[in-house]
Amino acid sequence: METQWDILVVDDEEVMRESLAAWLREDGYAVDTASSGREAIAKTKIKDYAIYFVDLKMPGGIDGIETMMEIKHLHEDTSIIIITAYATVDTAIAAMKEGAQEYIVKPCNPEEISLLVNRIIKVKNLQRENTILRKKLTQQYSFQDIISKNSKMHDIFQLINEIASLRSTVLIHGESGTGKELIARAIHFSGDRSQKPFVSVSCAALAETLLESELFGHEKGAFTGASSQKKGKFELADEGTIFLDEIGDISTKLQMDLLRVLQEKSFYRVGGSEEVHVDVRVIAATNVNLEDAVREGQFRDDLFYRLNVINIILPPLRERREDIPLLAKNFIERLSHELSKNVADISENALKILLDYDWPGNVRELENAVERAIVTCKGRILTEEDFSFLCHNGKRKNGWHAPTNMTLAEAEKEIIAATIHRTNGNIKEAAIILGIDRSTLYDRIKRYGIER
Amino acid sequence: MTSIAVTSVGDVNEETLEKIQQHLRGALHCETRRILKSPRPEFAFDHKRMQYNSSLIMRDLLHHPCGETTKLLALTEVDLFIPMLSFVFGQAQLNGNIAIVSQARLHQEFYALPPNRDLLFIRTIKEVMHEIGHAYGLIHCINQDCPMSLSTTIQQLDKKGSLYCQNCTALLKESKQSPSLDV
Repeated sequence: METQWDILVVDDEEVMRESLAAWLREDGYAVDTASSGREAIAKTKIKDYAIYFVDLKMPGGIDGIETMMEIKHLHEDTSIIIITAYATVDTAIAAMKEGAQEYIVKPCNPEEISLLVNRIIKVKNLQRENTILRKKLTQQYSFQDIISKNSKMHDIFQLINEIASLRSTVLIHGESGTGKELIARAIHFSGDRSQKPFVSVSCAALAETLLESELFGHEKGAFTGASSQKKGKFELADEGTIFLDEIGDISTKLQMDLLRVLQEKSFYRVGGSEEVHVDVRVIAATNVNLEDAVREGQFRDDLFYRLNVINIILPPLRERREDIPLLAKNFIERLSHELSKNVADISENALKILLDYDWPGNVRELENAVERAIVTCKGRILTEEDFSFLCHNGKRKNGWHAPTNMTLAEAEKEIIAATIHRTNGNIKEAAIILGIDRSTLYDRIKRYGIER
Repeated sequence: MTSIAVTSVGDVNEETLEKIQQHLRGALHCETRRILKSPRPEFAFDHKRMQYNSSLIMRDLLHHPCGETTKLLALTEVDLFIPMLSFVFGQAQLNGNIAIVSQARLHQEFYALPPNRDLLFIRTIKEVMHEIGHAYGLIHCINQDCPMSLSTTIQQLDKKGSLYCQNCTALLKESKQSPSLDV
């Protein structure tokens, strides 16, 4: 369908603006007129015109250049044609410098003006077509809030559709930052529980007793500070879905309690004697291999089999590099709006840096990198300089010699402790640098007894 | 149904006016009539540009008592302009009652070529169909054979035909004001 383009003609001389407006209307454009710069600005605040014809010399305090600057401020991508009866090089340069697309001297040849408008509209049609196509492409590759054109991910999307309305438990396995919670949400919101609560709990972030109280709630006086009865996450998720992140980190006692909920669909609040019945779908996630944990006796095999009814394995970002440009552009679109920045795209060289990087922190690390680049970016396009911090990380890696006299766990502990020291105990910042999420970092801090 | 009143502004070949009416009756299946001509429009003469302001002439033509259901088509030999443009072949009120066509730039002599009366008439008819089409609410057509396509040069005018394309004919039929067209 052809787009209706609006044009605003701004000229203080009535005969001038009306004759031009009439001439443009015959070409099928919707044309408004304004007799002053102020009126033009007021109309621009209400409507986004594709083309502005602005007379250079207008009385009333705001001349053509000032009017154009104000319009550009309101709608940066609009096309402005400055018209004047006095052709001077200085004014032409001034107009073009301030962002006029064209500069015409009146009276001008009808052919000239017709070609000019046609050329601008042709470009605008192409731009609009491009935007629509990009949107369609993103929609084609998106499922709920997850964007991917990777075949493994598309198999997962299909699986989600098939299992969304079942009650079966789901175990999601994937490295930190691969989007395990997004998958859990996609399952919940694609199924018949979508109108009911989705409750997320990070099992690694809390100590055992706190986690127990968080999951199952507590009665008044159950422990010091329990001044009133409190519902746990399982009760809050009744008829909906509970997402248990980092399930591999829960204690043996909690493993038993969880097994009971899965088997009996009921539990007791901490300090309570009354059985609470719930209808909750459980989706659990882990970034460790639970089968190994079962073999090592760290995780109950009966709970593992209860959880592992439907198994989803999320590939790390380095195994679906084709998604990097798609994800980066999506983050740019969303984050530049959220951060009130005017960043619209990413250069080819910058994309190459992103494609070459290994992304140990996966999609979350990519999102953080794009956010950092947008914050520091000076122009409208993210360039390789905006991602120089990734190259520095790479260089540092090249000059770094891996220790050969310690265990992997010791090395991990050293790295985490050093990073937390560097960030002065800022866990969020340390997690970003390490490329892991905060719950994983809390888990490691707890596991290795690292001081914050 | 509307009818078309044909007049001249300043001196115009009478035979041309008669042939224009014939063409309009044949092409648009509408009634036409001749009304009294207006004198050369000196009030619209611009001494700097040595041309006549088309908008002022149109404004003057509005006072012609033609009736609400009649379109007024004026033919003139004077060279027309609108303030923004260096010249116009003609002008019309979009979906209005007035249309004017200038023959000044339709003559071969304007381009330093030998006169050609037949060509002048063909060009005049095409421009008449274009401007009267605007008066009936038609906008520029993308079909370059259609007289409603935009022509800003005499070469473009010569390329197009003198009968509306199917689309413009259909649009004209849809218009409440339209003459009864047989496609």
